[in-house]
Amino acid sequence: MRYLPLTDGDRQEMLSVIGASSIDDLFVDVPTEARLADKIAGLPDHASELSVERHMAALARKNLSAGEAPFFLGAGAYKHHVPASVDHLIQRGEFLTAYTPYQPEIAQGTLQVLFEFQTQVARLLGCDVANASMYDGSTACWEAIGMARRVTKRAKALLSSGLHPHYVSVARTMAKFTGDALVYETPKLEAATDIDALIAAIDKDTSCVVVQYPDILGRIADLTPLADAAHEAGALLVAVVTEPVALGAIQAPGHMGADIVVGEGQSIGVGLQFGGPYLGLFACKQKYVRQMPGRLCGETFDAAGKRGFVLTLSTREQHIRREKATSNICTNSGLCALAFSIHMTLLGEKGLRELAGLNHAMAVETADRLVQVPGVKLLNDSFFNEFTLILPKDAREVVRRLADRGVLGGVSLGRLFPDAPEIGKGLVVAVTETVTPEDVEAFAKALEEELA
Amino acid sequence: MTMLKEGRPTAPEPVKEAHMAPATATGNRALMLEEALIFEIGSVDTTGVDFPDAPKVESRLGGLARTDAIGLPGLSEQETVRHYTRLSRQNYAIDLGLFPLGSCTMKHNPRLNEKVARMPGFADIHPLQPQSTVQGALGVINELAFWLIDLTGMHGVAMTPKAGAHGELCGLLCIRAALEARGDARQVVLVPESAHGTNPATAAFCGYQVENIPATPEGRVDLAALEARLGPDVAAVMITNPNTCGLFERDMKKIADAVHAAGAFVYCDGANFNAIVGRVRPGDLGVDAMHINLHKTFSTPHGGGGPGSGPVVLSEALSPFGPLPYTARMADGTIHLIEEENVGEEMPQSFGRMSAFHGQMGMFTRALTYILSHGADGLRQVAEDAVLNANYVLRSLEDVLDAPFGASGPCMHEALFSDKGLAEGFTTLDIAKGLIDEGFHPMTMYFPLVVHGAMLVEPTETESKAALDQFILALRSLAERARAGDEALKGAPYHAPRRRLDETLAARKPVLTWSEPELAQAAE
Amino acid sequence: MSRYFTDEHEWIDVAGEIATVGITDYAQEQLGDIVFVELPAEGAVFEKGDDAAVVESVKAASDVYAPISGEVVEANGALEDEPALVNSDPEEDGWFFKLRVADASELDGLMDEAAYKKFVASL
Repeated sequence: MRYLPLTDGDRQEMLSVIGASSIDDLFVDVPTEARLADKIAGLPDHASELSVERHMAALARKNLSAGEAPFFLGAGAYKHHVPASVDHLIQRGEFLTAYTPYQPEIAQGTLQVLFEFQTQVARLLGCDVANASMYDGSTACWEAIGMARRVTKRAKALLSSGLHPHYVSVARTMAKFTGDALVYETPKLEAATDIDALIAAIDKDTSCVVVQYPDILGRIADLTPLADAAHEAGALLVAVVTEPVALGAIQAPGHMGADIVVGEGQSIGVGLQFGGPYLGLFACKQKYVRQMPGRLCGETFDAAGKRGFVLTLSTREQHIRREKATSNICTNSGLCALAFSIHMTLLGEKGLRELAGLNHAMAVETADRLVQVPGVKLLNDSFFNEFTLILPKDAREVVRRLADRGVLGGVSLGRLFPDAPEIGKGLVVAVTETVTPEDVEAFAKALEEELA
Repeated sequence: MTMLKEGRPTAPEPVKEAHMAPATATGNRALMLEEALIFEIGSVDTTGVDFPDAPKVESRLGGLARTDAIGLPGLSEQETVRHYTRLSRQNYAIDLGLFPLGSCTMKHNPRLNEKVARMPGFADIHPLQPQSTVQGALGVINELAFWLIDLTGMHGVAMTPKAGAHGELCGLLCIRAALEARGDARQVVLVPESAHGTNPATAAFCGYQVENIPATPEGRVDLAALEARLGPDVAAVMITNPNTCGLFERDMKKIADAVHAAGAFVYCDGANFNAIVGRVRPGDLGVDAMHINLHKTFSTPHGGGGPGSGPVVLSEALSPFGPLPYTARMADGTIHLIEEENVGEEMPQSFGRMSAFHGQMGMFTRALTYILSHGADGLRQVAEDAVLNANYVLRSLEDVLDAPFGASGPCMHEALFSDKGLAEGFTTLDIAKGLIDEGFHPMTMYFPLVVHGAMLVEPTETESKAALDQFILALRSLAERARAGDEALKGAPYHAPRRRLDETLAARKPVLTWSEPELAQAAE
Repeated sequence: MSRYFTDEHEWIDVAGEIATVGITDYAQEQLGDIVFVELPAEGAVFEKGDDAAVVESVKAASDVYAPISGEVVEANGALEDEPALVNSDPEEDGWFFKLRVADASELDGLMDEAAYKKFVASL
């Protein structure tokens, strides 16, 4: 048992210091009937590294990984190239095996990273302040709706039809129990977003309008009129960004008037990992900082006058405010925030703009190639690195059959919106810097054959 | 023979008296290197990543191209590696030494876990890939779920919660859904005073009123007081077992029976499952829902504040209400997902989705690797050694530190001390900061709230006797200094990268992001 | 003008129909460095015992209750920029808010300075 350092001799010696005759004496408070007489049934005994690795590798081999196939999936999780040094650095034990920085004198590494991360995120999203992370984009989105309720003391949120349907589901789950009213309908296959309809729907009971940018179909729209309308009615604008690389190319939601901007940070530094762990981004205007959920790191000085960093404004949090806390969140996504921050530092503004430009250009070329496939139409007037194709038949089956041909060809709207067959011919296609011209050609050919 | 006269002395002069080391021009101290912020050393024109030229296309960004300066500095690769390596060295970590944070279970993080999680078949798959292309990933979820059920003696498990507090939320949502399904609108959740702050916060987060239940003088839930409070308005009782005083709730089964008789549910905070894994199954104690922190009991790394992972095991009564998505193993051995489209047929009472995708897959691979590495015999030994180590610490120090519940019997996985007996003006904080100078991470301090100046020490099973003995030596010395009123202790830490930090200043004038110095000055 | 005290460590100065409310020197001493004060909005109407304000140190957040019923006519804006006033001058410049007294008879149950001193000594 390679992880357990005590020898039998140690155990005997320690028991005698304790004054116990056997280990069972230490479990006396467990009622006899609840004590297992023997090992857990069914589970094999301990195993060597070699044999466990073999078992896990066999499971891994049963998956078709993104790098093995022409790959075009997005819809809230994106495949980007992560520089080698990111994964190397996050595996330094001092980062990997540290705890939440409750003792700041010996956690300045983590704390300085969080301070840098908060600044990077705030600048990227165009906000004054950002927190030290949430679990993922979907939970950050719900937290923003709850925060808007606290700020406005109203409980009706308008959710754009362009919001990721899983984010809508998460909000619905929570709203059932908090009593928030959520207004939402599934998207239509149109080039225009629903911003005009949202503006018309805002009233004096509205706490916030939640809009995704770019939206689930890849569409981009100016949020300024929506922000103005929301503010006019005393409501907040919550913007959701699931592809933060986009903000190297298009305007930041905070600069268009969004009060709270949340997002999924996975694209930068964090791999696909089948959906988790991911990285919830959360930023807002300075004036709402005390209503924010989650941890915040702030600058201060030590007793010798040196600059340092600490967790701060903790009275918002569960460990102090308990049932009056702004959120119940405790452990968040620290290591993913580190990965994001390292990747962003490697990119810098220059690299981010280049990366974003490359994504957009490849997406434009790919869209142009795919619409040459007979029967395929492009929905979007505008997009960043993701767009929606309208196929001549239900896209869900097409995606499955493409997978059988070794092409991972996007996310069907049927998978995302099983209750809306009227948009089932939509296929959401993401194109990042990892896609090669050969991949595009393979996708186009396979699609053409499937649709023939 | 020629003699080289320009040699260097190879034996240092003995230091005659202690003196202040002279300040250095850089602020560095040999291997301890000061590191500026990326905003101070980087530039927006520097990048550490090379890209091919983008094809020339006409932009389709809808007229929304970003033209403002974003203000994101870059560093070359070498500078980046150095920046983060230097910062890392200002952190304490389990890899450096004993990390006795009570209720946090800072055990060794095996590196095989890391290797497995990075296999492309796990690390590089998209959550919305067709199910036929991710059978191995679904298999990991299903297999881990199976062993978690087996280890806890429960009926089902919800795998999607993202951390412990998210798991608590999941458990309470199941309870609320189950109550609503029988048309029961109970409004109150009872929580012991010693509970983690997440418990009452979670109950409030999903719309419950929270009431405290008192503890007995020996640090356990007061069964009589609990029974007196139970009634038709109580939805659930949240119990931590072993509790945050490090004690096993002996009356757990009686508590559960009373709660069930009153029509309510038992939520167990499983943060301390490490003490009983392989020896006690919560399912045998009447628990209806319990989250398991994979980053505690099952060795996935804490990463400086996450990611965690908090699967929730459920009783038969609550299992139908768990969150989407779920995995189900079919007769032909394939595994399929229960999602929105088929939930109506397969899990009609599910309360819905609580995060976008499948939960913390990257933690599942690590936890499964750990469970298979330890096996049935190893996991039982984990609990035994964790409890043995904690009791060894408790009994080795109770002559110099007050152990408020020491007389009532052995502790479980953590030893609890108080500040009673320290000299006037000396606090738990002084001992904690003194431990930093001694090369240890401090214990959990001022928690649980039911003990004055609490010091909660959880050594975990992965510490050797030699490591424990050195820790005991350090803590004994600090306790003696604090009892004797050694004023120097109040200045600790002396040897850390920073001295005590001004948290009041940070909270009064919050500086949460970096600003260019001229802007920061103008704002003042 | 007369000054009253509550067992929740608040003081109340009553001048005509206006009552000024703050926390006592003993309370600020117990709380430690005050870093933030959340004040009620003008026009807010409280029943005696309602949560009226929140006072925060680094490690704790404490509710301040309305010691008597009434409508808030003014909050001490100086505390927003300088919460430390609660530490340095709790019973004068560090006041929290002013109420229009709704029911003067509620003052009857409160302590005077001597009684409060005795109360604190007994803690």
